[in-house]
Amino acid sequence: MSLSIDDVQRIARLARIAVTENEVIESHKQLNQLFSLIEEMRSIDTTGVEPMPHPQDMLLRLRDDVATATNRREAFQAIAPAVENGLYLVPKVIE
Amino acid sequence: MLTIKQIIDQLASGETTAVALATQYLDRIAAHQHLNAFITVDREKSLAQAAAADAARAAGDTRPLLGVPLAHKDIFCAEGWKTSCGSKMLDNFIAPYSSNVVERCDAAGLVTLGRTNMDEFAMGSSNENSFYGPVKNPWDLTAVPGGSSGGSAAAVAARLVPMATGTDTGGSIRQPAAFCGITGIKPTYGTVSRFGMIAYASSLDQGGAMAQTAEDCAILLNVMAGFDERDSTSLQQASEDYTRDLNQSLAGLKIGLPREYFADGLAGDVRAAIDAAVAEFKKLGASIVDVSLPNTQMAIPAYYVIAPAEASTNLSRFDGVRYGHRASEYSGLNEMYEKTRAEGFGDEVKRRILTGAYVLSHGYYDAYYLQAQKIRRMIANDFQAVFKECDVLFSPVSPSTAWNLGEKTADPVAMYLEDIYTLGVNLAGLPAMSVPVGFGSNGRPVGMQIIGNYAGESRMLGMAHQYQQVTDWHTKAPQL
Repeated sequence: MSLSIDDVQRIARLARIAVTENEVIESHKQLNQLFSLIEEMRSIDTTGVEPMPHPQDMLLRLRDDVATATNRREAFQAIAPAVENGLYLVPKVIE
Repeated sequence: MLTIKQIIDQLASGETTAVALATQYLDRIAAHQHLNAFITVDREKSLAQAAAADAARAAGDTRPLLGVPLAHKDIFCAEGWKTSCGSKMLDNFIAPYSSNVVERCDAAGLVTLGRTNMDEFAMGSSNENSFYGPVKNPWDLTAVPGGSSGGSAAAVAARLVPMATGTDTGGSIRQPAAFCGITGIKPTYGTVSRFGMIAYASSLDQGGAMAQTAEDCAILLNVMAGFDERDSTSLQQASEDYTRDLNQSLAGLKIGLPREYFADGLAGDVRAAIDAAVAEFKKLGASIVDVSLPNTQMAIPAYYVIAPAEASTNLSRFDGVRYGHRASEYSGLNEMYEKTRAEGFGDEVKRRILTGAYVLSHGYYDAYYLQAQKIRRMIANDFQAVFKECDVLFSPVSPSTAWNLGEKTADPVAMYLEDIYTLGVNLAGLPAMSVPVGFGSNGRPVGMQIIGNYAGESRMLGMAHQYQQVTDWHTKAPQL
């Protein structure tokens, strides 16, 4: 199977990346080259094989439910593009 | 130029000082800017760190690595240093905290000489995907240095620094180490904390060491490795001295040669250099076993599904709200996100985010992501099966020596195929290293890969060290 131009536009929208018409055409070509490689994988019989999300099948560690992070709000906000009164500013969300 | 071992001895005897060393290396860095190995150098800050190390030593501080210089890949957050990850997205990002790796290096008294160039967000095999321009291979300025830790590899090869940190998600320590003729190790997944190491593909990313010799890599890995509560996949294991097996004999060692790693597509000159290295190991007492890793070919598609899937998730944090680049003009929140990300990310990063978004999207998850994870298990099982027959695997790192700058940039998939010998290791989470074993017909270095079983680092470093006692490839430096 291969991706359509519409697919490329849809995933760009999902990924929140603005794309020009030329970029869609170029991405469409390159993603299809990549997916022709990826397709080889689909012919492999994986019946009964457990998916492996993580090397060594490690389980997530639990820890005591105590606060560990220190308050670094000023240091973190100092590097933000736009802040006011301790809040991160974004364009108006509700019209 | 000096190895870390020699630097430690000279600092201890008073033959040199941290300031003298830092000055000497900073001068070399300044004189070789055309290599583009560094993104950030801050002479004043480095010299202040060196002066503090000298003062501490004079006051009786006996930490062995106090005052030893190194460089960090620009992926490890270091408080007060620009940490760009090779991206326009983070070109204005001064890290407000330090990664575990940087904390550990600082605590050992190491002096940071600068931040090395890399493929954007560690995505690439040639260092041509950096916002700051490609790094040049010090052996041949028309060749790529490999990637993504190309700046670290080039800096060590050109003797601009004695050692450097790197990260390896699909070969990003081993392949540039091979292309630049240095030694580099990616330890078992979970050995080095990922805290503060900017994420690409979290189930594959692993930090590691790059230096001239295996012994120096062991010394640096001793500093970098260790349990860290802030990394949820950090291994809870007793701390280890990676230099412990350096002098162990190789008699009785069984080396497996996976036949799929020596099949069609491997360049003759690379093969010849590997064969000669294998012969040296036989002289050192090792025996050779022919083994098979039948799912080798499938590592490429499985990796190029899993890594982009994880990347698309990890890189969703770059939204122009909390840090990093924000587009200057937009109307509305969505347009702000879309323009910020369109401007901040380069082509390869966008390609992998789009790939990841697609394989994770509704209706495709089972066919791609889940299938890739099943193949990942088959590949990991293949390795466990062969480790019943041998102690370690030897293979080439890359099918050829370094290619020319610009040679593969127009065809991303062709570049992905070059990762064939390194990807399986990351999928399985195994430790692996690259050791310089000679030169190709074009005069560019050849690296041999040593793959060990989980937690096999000390033994692997010992093998490489024994080889480096009877050969001199690791002492070769480019004429600059």
